[in-house]
Amino acid sequence: MESRHLVFLLMSVALLLSGCSRAVVSDNSADAAEPVINPQVSRRDIREARIDSENFEVGAYFGYMSVEDFGSNSVYGAKLAYHVTESLFVEATYGETDTSQTSFEILSGGAPLLSDDDRRFRYYDASIGLNILPGEVFLGRDWAFNSALYLIGGVGNVEFAGDNYFTAVFGAGYRVLATDWLALNFSVRDHLFDTDLLGEEKTTHNIEFNLGLTAFF
Amino acid sequence: MSRLSVIVGLALLVAAQAAVGAKRYYEVVVMDPYIELHTGPGRGYPITQVLERGEQIEVLKRRTDWFKVRNDRGIKGWASARQLSRTLETSGKPAKIQDPDRDDFALRKRELGVQLGELEGANVIRGYASWLFTPNLSAELSGSIITGRFSDGWMLSADVVHQPFPNWWISPFFSLGTGVLQINPKSTLVSAKDRTDQTASAGAGLRMHVGRRVLLRAEYKNHVLFTSRDDNEELEEWKAGISFFF
Repeated sequence: MESRHLVFLLMSVALLLSGCSRAVVSDNSADAAEPVINPQVSRRDIREARIDSENFEVGAYFGYMSVEDFGSNSVYGAKLAYHVTESLFVEATYGETDTSQTSFEILSGGAPLLSDDDRRFRYYDASIGLNILPGEVFLGRDWAFNSALYLIGGVGNVEFAGDNYFTAVFGAGYRVLATDWLALNFSVRDHLFDTDLLGEEKTTHNIEFNLGLTAFF
Repeated sequence: MSRLSVIVGLALLVAAQAAVGAKRYYEVVVMDPYIELHTGPGRGYPITQVLERGEQIEVLKRRTDWFKVRNDRGIKGWASARQLSRTLETSGKPAKIQDPDRDDFALRKRELGVQLGELEGANVIRGYASWLFTPNLSAELSGSIITGRFSDGWMLSADVVHQPFPNWWISPFFSLGTGVLQINPKSTLVSAKDRTDQTASAGAGLRMHVGRRVLLRAEYKNHVLFTSRDDNEELEEWKAGISFFF
C-alpha cells in the first residue's frame, strides 16, 4: 500500500518540478515615447523559455505473476524509465507478490515450508528496452493513439524465501499513449533464476503479466 | 498517514497546474523551405502538415529527438531535431536545439548508473549516484546487491573519485572509498551467522561518452574487509555498466 502512495507523491513532485522549470520570457516591447536615438541603451534582460523535455516515464502496474512451485498470485509494482532515443530506453522496476503454498504443502497438510514473510516475493530489475514496432491504433473512426510494441531484457535481484537470487529478465510490452504524456502499458516478463529451495538446483521461470499506467515528465 | 500523503500529493498537483498555467514557450522561425510535421514522435509516423519558411512556431515539448510544435494557426505536430536545428530564434540567432556534447559531458554535475559485475565469484548489481564538485573531483554513493552460490549480501559505499582528464572521450578515473558489507549464508545451508564488516577500497576505471547523455563505465576495485578475526580479508571486484549524466 505504502509504495503506491510513494509513487503518487513522487509523480506529483516531478510534475511540480517540470512546471517550475519553464522560465518565462520577459516582455520586450519597445516604448512608443522613446526618442529615435537613445545613446544610453540598457542591457535587456531576456530570460529564454526552456523547452520542456519529457523523456522520463514513471508509473505503477498491477497484474498476475506465477512463481514456479508457489502458485499464481496478484503482483503490483512501480517503474521508472528513461527514453534515450525513439527506439531505446532503460527501465528500473520494483514489484512484489505474495506466493501461495506448493502442491506438496497443500496435499500433505504438514508444516508450511516458509514463514509468511519469506513467502513474499520481491524483485527489482534494471533493463534495456527496444521499441521495435511503433505505430498507431485506431478506435472507431475518430480516435487514433500512438503505440509501440517493445522488447525488454535485463538483470535484477529476487528476494524470496530468505535469500537473494541473481535474476535475468526478458519480456515484451505494448504501450498505448492516451495523451502525449499518459500511457497504458501491458507487459509480459519472465524472471529466471537458479534455486535449490526444493532440494535440487534448477532454473525457475517466473512469468508475470501486468497492466499499468505511466506518465511522461 | 496514507490520507495525509494523498492530500499533500493533491496540493502539489494543484500547485504544479498553477505554475504551468502562465507559461510561454520557446519560439523559433522556420528558415528551411518547409518543416515536416509528423503525427507522432518517430520517423515512421505519417507527415500530415508542413510549416513554411517565415512561419513563427512555438516549441511545446521534446521527446527524445522529436519536438512538438504549434504555429499561430494552431496546427500541431512533431518535428525532427534535424529540421528544427535549422530554425532561428525571433532575435535572429540560431535556435538552441543541440544535443549534449563532449563539453557537456566534461561539465556534467550529476551522474546515475547501473553496473553488473563479479565480486570474488559472486554476481554484483550496483546502482550509484555521483555529484561532481569540479570536472575532476566527485563524490559517489552506491548500493550493491551480491548474490553468490553459498551466500548473498549487500554493500553500501561512499567514494571520492578523481578524474584527471575530464575532456577525454575515454577518461580514466581513480577512486577511494569506505563502506559496509553484509554477508548472509544461504538459508538452505546449515545455519551460519550473518556478518557485517566495514570495508575500505581503492579502484580505477574508465568512462566512455557514447553520445547524448549516455556513458559506459567499467572499473576494478580492491576491497579490504576489516573482519573481527585476526586477519583482514581482501576482495576483488570487476564491473561494467551504463550511466547517464544530467
